[in-house]
Amino acid sequence: MNAFSCQSARSFKSVIWTAGLVLLAAIVLAVASLLPESSPLHASAFVVSLAGKYLAYAMLALSVDLVWGFAGILTLGHAAFFGLGGYAMGMYLMREIGARGAYGDANLPDFMVFLSWKSLPWYWCGTDHFAWAMMLVLVVPALLAGVFGWLAFRSRVSGVYLSIITQALTYALMLAFFQNGFGFGGNNGLTDFKDILGADLHAPATRAALLVATGIALAASLLAARFIVGSRFGNLLVAVRDSENRTRFLGYRPDQVKLLVWIFSAMLAAVGGALYVTQVGIINPGEFAPANSIESVIWVAVGGRGTLSGAVLGAILVNFGKTLFTAWLPEFWLYGLGLLFICTTLFLPNGIMGLWRPTRKNDPEDITPEVSAPEGEHP
Amino acid sequence: MTEALLLDVRDVSVTFDGFRAINSLSLALKPGEMRAIVGPNGAGKTTMMDIITGKTRPDSGTATFKGHDLTRLDEPAIARLGIGRKFQKPTVFEALTVTENLLLSLKGIRSPFAVLFARQSSRERARLAELLSLTRLENVANSTAGDMSHGQKQWLEIGMLMGQEPDLLLVDEPVAGMTDAETMATADLLREINKTRSVVVVEHDMDFVRALGVPVTVLHEGSVLAEGTLDDVSADPRVIEVYLGR
Amino acid sequence: MRKLGLACLLAALCMGGGLGGASARADDFSGLASPQFDDVSASITALAANGSAQADAALQALETHHLFSGADGALFIRAGEVCQNARTGEATTCPEEGLKPVRVNNRIRKALAGVQAVRELSAQQPAERIKAAETFYARHDAAFLPALDRALSSEKIPAVREKLMQAHAATVLAQPPAEGAQAARLKAVGFLADVGGLEARGLLAGVAANVGEAPEVRHAAQSAVSRIDWHLRIWSVLQNAFYGLSYGSVLLLAATGLAITFGVMGVINMAHGEMMMIGAYVTWLVQQGIQMTVPALEPFALLIAIPAAFVVCGGLGVVIERCLIRFLYGRPLETLLATWGLSLVLQQVTRSLFGPTNIAVQTPAWLSGSLALGGLDITLNRLAILVFAGLVLGGLMLVLRRTPLGLQMRAVTQNRRMAALMGIRTPKVDALAFGLGAGLAGLAGVAVSQIDNVSPNLGQSYIIDSFMVVVFGGVGNLWGTLAAAMALGMGGKVLEPTIGAVSAKIAILVLVIAYIQRHPRGMFPVRGRGIES
Repeated sequence: MNAFSCQSARSFKSVIWTAGLVLLAAIVLAVASLLPESSPLHASAFVVSLAGKYLAYAMLALSVDLVWGFAGILTLGHAAFFGLGGYAMGMYLMREIGARGAYGDANLPDFMVFLSWKSLPWYWCGTDHFAWAMMLVLVVPALLAGVFGWLAFRSRVSGVYLSIITQALTYALMLAFFQNGFGFGGNNGLTDFKDILGADLHAPATRAALLVATGIALAASLLAARFIVGSRFGNLLVAVRDSENRTRFLGYRPDQVKLLVWIFSAMLAAVGGALYVTQVGIINPGEFAPANSIESVIWVAVGGRGTLSGAVLGAILVNFGKTLFTAWLPEFWLYGLGLLFICTTLFLPNGIMGLWRPTRKNDPEDITPEVSAPEGEHP
Repeated sequence: MTEALLLDVRDVSVTFDGFRAINSLSLALKPGEMRAIVGPNGAGKTTMMDIITGKTRPDSGTATFKGHDLTRLDEPAIARLGIGRKFQKPTVFEALTVTENLLLSLKGIRSPFAVLFARQSSRERARLAELLSLTRLENVANSTAGDMSHGQKQWLEIGMLMGQEPDLLLVDEPVAGMTDAETMATADLLREINKTRSVVVVEHDMDFVRALGVPVTVLHEGSVLAEGTLDDVSADPRVIEVYLGR
Repeated sequence: MRKLGLACLLAALCMGGGLGGASARADDFSGLASPQFDDVSASITALAANGSAQADAALQALETHHLFSGADGALFIRAGEVCQNARTGEATTCPEEGLKPVRVNNRIRKALAGVQAVRELSAQQPAERIKAAETFYARHDAAFLPALDRALSSEKIPAVREKLMQAHAATVLAQPPAEGAQAARLKAVGFLADVGGLEARGLLAGVAANVGEAPEVRHAAQSAVSRIDWHLRIWSVLQNAFYGLSYGSVLLLAATGLAITFGVMGVINMAHGEMMMIGAYVTWLVQQGIQMTVPALEPFALLIAIPAAFVVCGGLGVVIERCLIRFLYGRPLETLLATWGLSLVLQQVTRSLFGPTNIAVQTPAWLSGSLALGGLDITLNRLAILVFAGLVLGGLMLVLRRTPLGLQMRAVTQNRRMAALMGIRTPKVDALAFGLGAGLAGLAGVAVSQIDNVSPNLGQSYIIDSFMVVVFGGVGNLWGTLAAAMALGMGGKVLEPTIGAVSAKIAILVLVIAYIQRHPRGMFPVRGRGIES
């Protein structure tokens, strides 16, 4: 007898397809960008960095889908982890500039010279080593997510309350990073990067390599996420979402279950943020804006919550739409985005992926933890 | 004497915002025993279950299970000790299939990491088959729990409780909304379960309690009013006044 | 009293006249013709002491840029093409050439102001004399010491005397210590210590730090400084408390509506901030409309805007509930997303209609200015908002406790299913609750328009803080909302001076996050067994 449900089996297949497609698209674009400019198939640097940006956003969307679609935690603060990952990568890229900055200081980034700091703050130590910076990319968001999640889940903060405090978290980070004294370049953030691992960031080959790296990271994340939600742990996540009390009386600890997926999700978002920075060339406190977090939720909603592939699809589609809109009708983008929020929640509760799947009575949208009736509590 | 008790609740009191839900209540259960608990609304039946399962902490008093202090443990720890709880409203994981529901309930792996890397063992496969046949849900093994009827959900939940292999089963109003025939079938099922496990049943339905044929504890305003066979307590004038005689 | 003032004036004139007579040909006027500002300034002081009609006229002309210097130190007061000799007052013809205006810079202006104050010292109105004394207090310029002495000798009104003594003490202390002046300086220190304030503190600190000063005086000054510091700190704490109360009342206004919708419907309305923004724009529209139609009513435009904003936002709220929210019942998280989308649309609509920049909402005259209360500076508009927030909260409580709608809303908050079973039409209650919440946001918008910039982004700057208030205070309890709003408002303002505004905000956010994690249902949770925990 098969322990896995049909639903899981179906999402398995689409996720593998999506991972493959993402990787293929990244490679094709990367190769096209290396073709001579005269070639009709040549992809410009703009297109390559745009594609890289979309894929990095898709990683953010994937991380949101893991916690929202499967564990029922509506996060309005995942941009915090994305931003932290971005800043950790940005620190390394800043150090790579070395003496080529405007002030020519071999040790201090420009903005610190500007603030007439004499030495690096302790948390910048070691960021000139790529490996250490990559560790920061993973560890710092994981630590933040760990502490935050441990406190929140243990106290059974859930539903709208949790959403609001995740939003407060990213808002607080935004305010902090805006401050010059915080040591991350204040308003301007980190930018003017020159190269990564010795390779010129503006060279077509480096850009192509970064795009492929992002494609690989996204595909790998998709597969990892698929492994998680397809495992018994994935069932447990859904169980926690549907009835936290029942899992508790079965002997599971829902707080630990949620914490585990929460931390993993934060790390995925952070990797996305790190890759984003390499391709966009700047990270500033604006990335922490609560609006960004909420936007990433709508990507997931558009693509289809709880499907993994849908998150990737939604992120790419919405951002593609944003690129078109802002180029042609910049004033109407907010109308478009606003209506997208409204229409998706009203008319497309299962997202685009839901159009393929037969709608079932008990899809995640029907059961939000907040409204599950009190269990056996009325005497 | 005390060592022989499976569950020993003594002098427990709990207050919600000034309202005394449980007032110096004591309840003792020997291994293998089945007990029915009756009482009017607000008598403290559900709160008592909450205390035993760790959902509510008592203000005073002790509660021990197999020698463990229940007042210091949380719900998962108590569940792992071997106390299963069935809610009044069937509570299953609606988005999961029947098999997945049962698999999660099986005694064994509980830590999140272990669950992540768990693969179905042959022992688990056998247990699943057993539970599916016990609950007569083989035909719907792969359909989603949310799609099933009320009765099927009740049975699935009981199957999940059996999967937990608890030593003590707490059952909250199992026959609410059932036909007479279903009620009797459920009584049979509980007696069957009682052959291997201790059971505490909270119920309103006197016919059902009579069918169980077990000692009865009557609760009133948070404390024990009377204890004994159903006939004994039915004859108790105080019981008649507060509960039967209304 | 008038007699007395006249006597002062006469005395001043006589003394000045005496001086002037002695040095008539040394010429108090000659400095004015000098290119050196030092000389001009000295001349001004001399002329002020001189006090003759011609001196006054010359000074006045200097002030109004009508004073010109000619060749070899001649001075003319020129009005158009007519000139008169500044020294004598005789009308003459204006020289053809070499007529240069006497330049006036800040220093000269200050000297002139001093002269003006000296004049006011002998004014008839005590209030003017007090003002003059205050000017001298602030300037503590040794040159005016004689004038002060003079004024003190003749002043009889205690309040004016007090001010004059203060000015005298400050002026005395501002001079370098001299032999034999110890007793006078000690007295002055004692005086200034009682006066308090930053000005006195600065002077006293200077004295305390001056090694040339007698140790006794330095010691007294030192203890006076610490005493003043303590007073200043108390006042600054009180001032911050007022700012905190004021910000808290804004938060309260913003959060009550949010708390109502969240309490009754379990819905977080992310477009709540935009309702505030719309309330502020309604205020502006009402002001513009009244300006154009009935200018006589202009002072009351703000009062008219209050019901207007409530009705417009409340109506909009009902429409939103009927067209959007009701399709999302039981899905609070989706509602959150949909209302967020709505907030984006509302912002953009406002931007398209009114432009992206700030609009100027007027503050009526009766709300401008401030009230000094001891060391406190209470601005009227903030005070008004405080009162307004109290009134709104009181009114809301009345609605909730005394009206059928309030009863139904409370019933739905506590047990929706039971309320429905008892015949309460929950959809209607939801629509009205949402409308009420939006209307309250409109009121908050009117209030905010008086203290903050009004732009399409207005809502966003308040929404997170309002959320914090609601989750901090707990659901379904207006007292909780009040306590949370005041706690957050005061907390931020109390932390601000020590760690800075942004850090204070971060600290408050982190504290609330930590608090929510300990008390997941806020400060005043609705308790009971029926509540899912």
